[in-house]
Amino acid sequence: MKRRNFLKKASLGSMATIMGIDIVHAAAIPKGYIPLLFQDNDPYKLFGKDEEMTLLNDKPWNMEAKAHLLDDKVTPSKYMFIRNNGLVPKNIDVSKWTIVFDGESIKTPKTYTLSELKSKFKHYTYQLTLECGGNGRSEFNPPAKGNQWTVGAVSCANWTGVRLRDVLNDVGVKEDAVYIGYYGADLHLSQDPNKDAISRGVPMSKALMDETLLAFQMNGEDIPLAHGYPLRLVAGGWPASASGKWINRISIRNIVHDGVKMTGTAYRVPCKPVAPGEKVTDEDMCIIESMPVKSLITYPKSGAVLKNKRSLEIRGHAWAGELAVSKVAYSIDFGASWIDCKLEKATNRLAWQHFSATVNFPKEGYYEIWVRATDSNGLHQPMLLPGWNPKGYLNNACHRIAVKVS
Amino acid sequence: MEPEKEEFRSQVKLIYRYLVMTLVLIAAVFIGVVTILIPKEINSEYQEIVTNEVNIDPSEIVDGIHIPTGFQEGDGLPIVIEACTACHSAKLVTQNRATREGWIGMIRWMQQTQNLWDLGEDEEAIVKYLATYYAPEQKGRREILTNIEWYDLDK
Ligand code: HEC
Repeated sequence: MKRRNFLKKASLGSMATIMGIDIVHAAAIPKGYIPLLFQDNDPYKLFGKDEEMTLLNDKPWNMEAKAHLLDDKVTPSKYMFIRNNGLVPKNIDVSKWTIVFDGESIKTPKTYTLSELKSKFKHYTYQLTLECGGNGRSEFNPPAKGNQWTVGAVSCANWTGVRLRDVLNDVGVKEDAVYIGYYGADLHLSQDPNKDAISRGVPMSKALMDETLLAFQMNGEDIPLAHGYPLRLVAGGWPASASGKWINRISIRNIVHDGVKMTGTAYRVPCKPVAPGEKVTDEDMCIIESMPVKSLITYPKSGAVLKNKRSLEIRGHAWAGELAVSKVAYSIDFGASWIDCKLEKATNRLAWQHFSATVNFPKEGYYEIWVRATDSNGLHQPMLLPGWNPKGYLNNACHRIAVKVS
Repeated sequence: MEPEKEEFRSQVKLIYRYLVMTLVLIAAVFIGVVTILIPKEINSEYQEIVTNEVNIDPSEIVDGIHIPTGFQEGDGLPIVIEACTACHSAKLVTQNRATREGWIGMIRWMQQTQNLWDLGEDEEAIVKYLATYYAPEQKGRREILTNIEWYDLDK
């Protein structure tokens, strides 16, 4: 037994003895609590994930895809990354689920039940790219702290719900509104009910966009538990942490929302560029908004050996936060020459776009296929790591796969 | 009234007063225990079960790795297991690399924002372990591709 608990228990026990009360299990677990050890702890079964997914952390759950698992045009749940900050809520009763709208900039606080939300407002479906702000963190040097995501903390599923804008119109928002901040039902890891695991948000301009949804469906079904069942805020193109899960409250703020993981270094990058490893004060860190241009080769899987041919079909997706992708090119000579890929238009704004190409290899040997996307403002993905930042966000360096032609 | 009776009465009163005071004290302590100690105890019960035992079974060390947690074997491991797996999985620790200063920084951040307690004299051993076994590696601006699993695409 751990010293700390032993001491606590001893004091409670001796207290009980003095008072003549017999407490056999001074620290009995309350009903309804299942110790983690005895839970079905297999996240693949628990959340219906494919076995090829990589588990980064099991408390809280953090899991990412591999590039080749993201080949589908619309990401199925089994290949969708999980980034949890706290503990997944238990015993969710949808019939009693409500969402409260409050905050300084609300005319009068208002509560909706889930069924009121569904019946009162028009439904919309959008395919929305959600990428973790820390996707690619593992490549930073010096290393950045946090979950060491490689390439797979990105997804693009269909989300169905009501427009946050329609709801806010119904609620009544004051002129001085600046930001919205969400609150969810997930518990802080310390189990302290007074601490939020995460409470982030977006400026009003993003909150009022057509595609910003209070979603209750993903890919035409109830949102899976790990992804925010029964209600999720979805703000595509921004760090996925802006898309709060298990939402039960939205505050309309007259200041930039100051909830957990809005302040300090969380989801922030230095306002001005810094040298690798440089110390940055909290005041010099700025909130990440739109994610940068990026792409992923989803076919073939890295490591392909070609025996009887000299050409190869490649494909994947590219996205650019709030912007569109205007071009995707590939290189088999480490950037000496680039050849354009075929690029499809997005299904809707904020959805990723699909690219494909036929790569021809001049001779036998080891090759790397590098893919580089360009956004509608003309910015490319860098081949090297972009600017170092203390928390390792926004790594949009080109993705590459290895191929051998023999 | 006779003086003895008077004295007896006042003594009874005194004893009575002491008794009431004692009872009030006990009640206050009891309420204190119920409101402060028990909820915490319930919370920590969760962690206690989750937390690994501090005694390390040598058979659980394979190729220098403590299999149940994934930590590297080394001086200070039991203390690290005790202190660093109560809230989150060891995986969150083992994924990370940092200098001594970096590890201290993460500990301070968790103490300031995540309810991590004062590690007292254990801190030195923990930091030493972390800075030794989970030190940064130089990766440059971009690493070469490693661990490529070659497969035959034509098949
Ligand atoms: C009281 C609870 C608690 C304990 C005990 C604890 N941590 Fe943490 N730690 C947290 C929380 C909460 C996070 C944030 C998790 C997240 O964001 O997913 C965290 C995050 C981390 C991270 C990632 C840092 C980052 O910036 O995201 C590392 C590394 C870490 N802990 C190491 C340790 C080490 C080493 C110990 C032992 C000295 C330890 N933790 C003990 C609560 C704790």
